Amino acid sequence: MIIYGVALLSFCLVAGLYIGELLGQLLGVQANVGGVGIAMVLLVLASGSKRLRSLTTGASGEGIKFWSAMYIPIVVAMAASQNVVAAVEGGMLAVIAGVAAVIVSFALVPVLSRIGPQSEPLPPLEVLSAAEREGGR
Amino acid sequence: METLSGVLRANGLVVAFMVVGITVWLSYLVSNRLTRGRIHGSAVAILVGLIAAYFAGKATGGGRGVADVSVLAGIGLMGGGMMRDFAIVSTAFGVQLSELKQAGIAGIISIFAGVIVSFIVGAVVAIAFGYTDAESITTIGAGAVTYIVGPVTGTAIGASSEAIALSVAAGVVKSILVMIGTPMVARYIGLNNPKSSMLFVVLMVSNSGVA
Repeated sequence: MIIYGVALLSFCLVAGLYIGELLGQLLGVQANVGGVGIAMVLLVLASGSKRLRSLTTGASGEGIKFWSAMYIPIVVAMAASQNVVAAVEGGMLAVIAGVAAVIVSFALVPVLSRIGPQSEPLPPLEVLSAAEREGGR
Repeated sequence: METLSGVLRANGLVVAFMVVGITVWLSYLVSNRLTRGRIHGSAVAILVGLIAAYFAGKATGGGRGVADVSVLAGIGLMGGGMMRDFAIVSTAFGVQLSELKQAGIAGIISIFAGVIVSFIVGAVVAIAFGYTDAESITTIGAGAVTYIVGPVTGTAIGASSEAIALSVAAGVVKSILVMIGTPMVARYIGLNNPKSSMLFVVLMVSNSGVA
């Protein structure tokens, strides 16, 4: 049943956000600390667990996959509901602060990746995009 | 016409699915035809969303982009915190536990590195632009971490509303860039294995305002 997968996903999010909220109170900050991240870990644990197999395979799994396919459209909706006017009118300071923070963070990825054992590169993105790239040249 | 807008208003979320779907379809068309797939369709769609949000903000004077246009209010719901977190979490489905463990220590370091580095960068830029009081510098630095933290910090320490607005703007610019920039830089920063992607998600999601 598709709803079983959706329910599992919902449970992970609610549980993660609750733990994040408790962590926030514990640390004395008025925010949810890592709730979404905790929820993701819970979902990974659930999808690896043998006992929960019936909730993560078959039709139930489709219920989770549907939402992961909806991620990009939801980000599009999110972008469309940002206060872009404020960002543009914030002027140069905002743009520079934002851009610099992103560039430095991007640069940190390869640095941090060297910590700990190397992981194998994945095969290049889907066959489709490889074909597209060749077609483009 | 009034009947139509009534129907649209009464079914906000469904309208949002329809409008976003059409936007994504057109964006992939543009991506394939005009850029030969070089700029990914999703990046085009996000850019279209931002541009629409800019004009909607100009027209309505509101702070929630196209969600302030009454017939498109459902987009605010679709792109709001609840749906966003729900979809983000679902993307973890299928990740293997062993991959998560590999990211282990590096993952924890990257959370701190992401926050601290962004804060320092924001603070430095604030100083460079002539802000000398501790409240403004702290607020703008926090904004560079995420646009949610910026105003919270600013209000807590009593910064000027100008500094708060700037901190939000810095955070928004950052989250926009992360969304658009990621597909473009992925190749250059070694974003081609499960480990660095996990790190990336932690580093960016923890500080792009998507937290």
